Amino acid sequence: MNTISRREVLKRTGALVVSFALTPSDIFGQAVASLVGNPSKEVDGWLSIAADGTVTAFTGKCELGHGLYTAQTQLVAEELGVPMDRIKLIQCVTGTTPDQGVTSGAQSHPQNFNHANLALAAATARETLVQMASTHWGVPADRLTPGNGVVRHQERTISYGELIGGKKFSIALNPNAKRKSPREWTILGNPIKRLDLPEIVAGRFEYAHNVRVPGMVHGRVVRPPTVGATVASSVSDIESSVNAMPGFIKVVVKKDFVGVVCEKQWQAVQAANQLKVQWKPGPTLPAQASFYDHMRTLPSRDTYLVDSKDVDATLAKAAQVVRSTYLHPYHMHGSIGASCAVADVKADSATLWSPTQGVYPQRDSCAMLLGMKPQQVKVIYARGSGCYGINGADTVSYDAALLSQAVGRPVRVQLSRKDEMANENFGLAFVVDQRVGLDAAGNIMAWDYESWSPTRGGRPGYAQPGNQITGYLAGFQPVPFAPRTPAPPPTGPLANGSNVVPSYVTGTVDGAAGGTGTVKCERMLSRIVESPFWTGPLRSPSRLQNTFAHESMMDELAAAAKADPVEYRLRHLRDPRLRGVVQAAAKAANWQTRPSPNRELGTGTANPVVASGRGIACVLYEGDNGYCAMAAEVDVRLDTGVVDVKRLVMALDSGPISNPDGLRNQAEGGALHGMSRALFEEVTWDNEKVTSVDWRTYRTFPVGFKIPKLETVLINTLEAEACGAGETSITVTAAAIGNAIFDATGLRLRQVPFSPERIKQAGIDARR
Amino acid sequence: MANFTFRVNNRGVSVDVDPATPLLYVLADELSLNGPKFGCGLGQCGACTVIVKGQAIRSCITPVKTVAGGEITTLEGLGTPDKPHPIQQAFIDEQAAQCGFCLSGVILTAKALVDRTPKPTDDQIQQALSNVLCRCFAHQRMIAAVKRYASGSVRLQADREVAR
Repeated sequence: MNTISRREVLKRTGALVVSFALTPSDIFGQAVASLVGNPSKEVDGWLSIAADGTVTAFTGKCELGHGLYTAQTQLVAEELGVPMDRIKLIQCVTGTTPDQGVTSGAQSHPQNFNHANLALAAATARETLVQMASTHWGVPADRLTPGNGVVRHQERTISYGELIGGKKFSIALNPNAKRKSPREWTILGNPIKRLDLPEIVAGRFEYAHNVRVPGMVHGRVVRPPTVGATVASSVSDIESSVNAMPGFIKVVVKKDFVGVVCEKQWQAVQAANQLKVQWKPGPTLPAQASFYDHMRTLPSRDTYLVDSKDVDATLAKAAQVVRSTYLHPYHMHGSIGASCAVADVKADSATLWSPTQGVYPQRDSCAMLLGMKPQQVKVIYARGSGCYGINGADTVSYDAALLSQAVGRPVRVQLSRKDEMANENFGLAFVVDQRVGLDAAGNIMAWDYESWSPTRGGRPGYAQPGNQITGYLAGFQPVPFAPRTPAPPPTGPLANGSNVVPSYVTGTVDGAAGGTGTVKCERMLSRIVESPFWTGPLRSPSRLQNTFAHESMMDELAAAAKADPVEYRLRHLRDPRLRGVVQAAAKAANWQTRPSPNRELGTGTANPVVASGRGIACVLYEGDNGYCAMAAEVDVRLDTGVVDVKRLVMALDSGPISNPDGLRNQAEGGALHGMSRALFEEVTWDNEKVTSVDWRTYRTFPVGFKIPKLETVLINTLEAEACGAGETSITVTAAAIGNAIFDATGLRLRQVPFSPERIKQAGIDARR
Repeated sequence: MANFTFRVNNRGVSVDVDPATPLLYVLADELSLNGPKFGCGLGQCGACTVIVKGQAIRSCITPVKTVAGGEITTLEGLGTPDKPHPIQQAFIDEQAAQCGFCLSGVILTAKALVDRTPKPTDDQIQQALSNVLCRCFAHQRMIAAVKRYASGSVRLQADREVAR
């Protein structure tokens, strides 16, 4: 994922069934495969219509809190021509719903709302029903109108229930089925309210945490107290520390996996706290203070995403070369609810109620863990708290499965806050070096990029349970790390879609330029190193970190060229829709055209206590999956270094909009999530363990925080394909805020988070 | 183990549990309530919030023995999906949630505030919610929903537009 975007690989490998063009050792291969899965090609795999006309639709993309349940119900209603309240959508149950891999990568709209899968199934079904009515009445199909659950011919109607009720369609998805034009939409395109919200606000909704199975008992895990520690005591010694406690059922040890099961939850909590294990310490962790430099010294897996071979020569001729290093820490998903799952494992079958993003990958990988066949395992999606990527959902499902198998009863496992935070698959840290050459007029001549990012594990996919803590502790290995230096030359037409490629280059590989920018002299080198901690996809994986580096750098270049940051971006962008969102955000924000920093600020006031500024940033997510630009306005307290973000104005273009209010909700949440990550969040550790393990030590901001005014401009591009949106605004926030801080103060922040200490230090450094 | 009697959502209940058991586990496991959630178990996030004696408290760090004989209100105690309480309706009107897991903290803390302080200022609302987390960051809508409720402008039964 560092090197090649997820969506890129989908395209590169030809859509529905992904077979890899990448080498098997490519770090995120599994994750990419499981973005698509192997969904049904038959209408009956996606929907059925009962005699009373009610529709049951099946989807492999699940509601994660982003409104997808409602949007997919709108989609089926629109394409099939039935009212929404007659549709029941079943999401993510193995054996019942299509295998669509994992719900991630901003792929739910691309996969299900374009000309395939759920949308195509509904369109094919509608055409089939019209054909059936045509045969029934002996009237040509083109004289019939489907809609509202019936097919109409002049004054007479026949219902879908009468036409097919209870019977199978027995027809393949028809690639030629005509889709409704967005211009004809009556249900999609409207701000339909969330169908699940009445149950949620009333406290009735059943999350994974609320699943209760007859005979269920409670498990807790005991994770190694330090990174890489292994069990050194015998099972009987461990057991003797807790077996006299009330409600005790069993201590379960499997290699370095340790858990305890008790009748009641509180008993399990106490037993886990009291349980005595001798742990053999793991290796000493690299010091956090020098970790960014440390990464540069490690063996790495190197990949050129693009290399025009003329970068060094061009830089040598440049009127000016701007050099910068950007640093981004590990971030965590930090879900509000520590993860929870229930498993009922019997001798020859297993059922999991799991908040996983991918029930089929979970089924297959969990079967490996249990020593069962995938067909013996059933995984039922039960919604967790918002995950933003691979949080503890999969690993806690493994925990529950292992404990249930050991005790022969249904087991519910609730992770503690520390279990979750110390051991989750963090979003990647990054070191980004860039050198950009400008000509005498300040235009970009050459862009050189090199980054280091650490990985370990990731999504388990269908066959890699060792990619997360539980599978690893139980004896499985993560996807192997294979250093490769030097990098082979870039190949393939789509490497410009990589996360490491800035928007301003042409992304030309093998003669094909698909990038969004104008700069032809370009070299992008990614170096992946081994991480001491688990890593995995976190909302806008790698794209966020790189966009911080790219868009801050672009601001440095604009300042070097004494150009307005918006004008300077437009000067180097050729993609009309990316230009469109930049212009729309600037217009909505009443952007003042002038170079940064705001020179006028210093005149008359030698040292103003509060400095104000504005910044801009933009992205085409994953190279082709959602446009976003953001203008930020900030006040910076020069004495304390505290940043007050006053206003975030976003413009988004994600193709035809399914549900504008749902999209706004995602844009707003993404912007504030991005602000939390830019200003506060950072995983910390000492020489043996992660030390950010709760909400005091991993900082974010509360609902009562003084938040900026959020304004969202939606560009509804009806003729384009539907693409993702939920990972776009978060991607540009850090750079937009950082650029605004620069405009306000003249201080360039090259390290996230923008803590008051760092801002004050930048001020001290600047005065030296 | 000991027997405790109290009222939850206007219903008398009796449970036989370890007196130190956090109230959250009693509500979730003994009484099968879905409203209060386990977020952190440390009293830091608010997902487990319930109202006791007019105060929004953190049930994950409140031993059950300390609420014996008391009156507890969870999210379920306000309204139902069909007949939401005005503050729940305000959250529907504003579509003030994403995953919704944090809503016990946001809604019950705000309700306790408005019960105490019927016309809260913006600062008072912010202060009340200064220890409540939402990691989907639906903050702007949540604050709007609280203001809508506090201003008395929620129209029940309204806004059930379009969908069906």
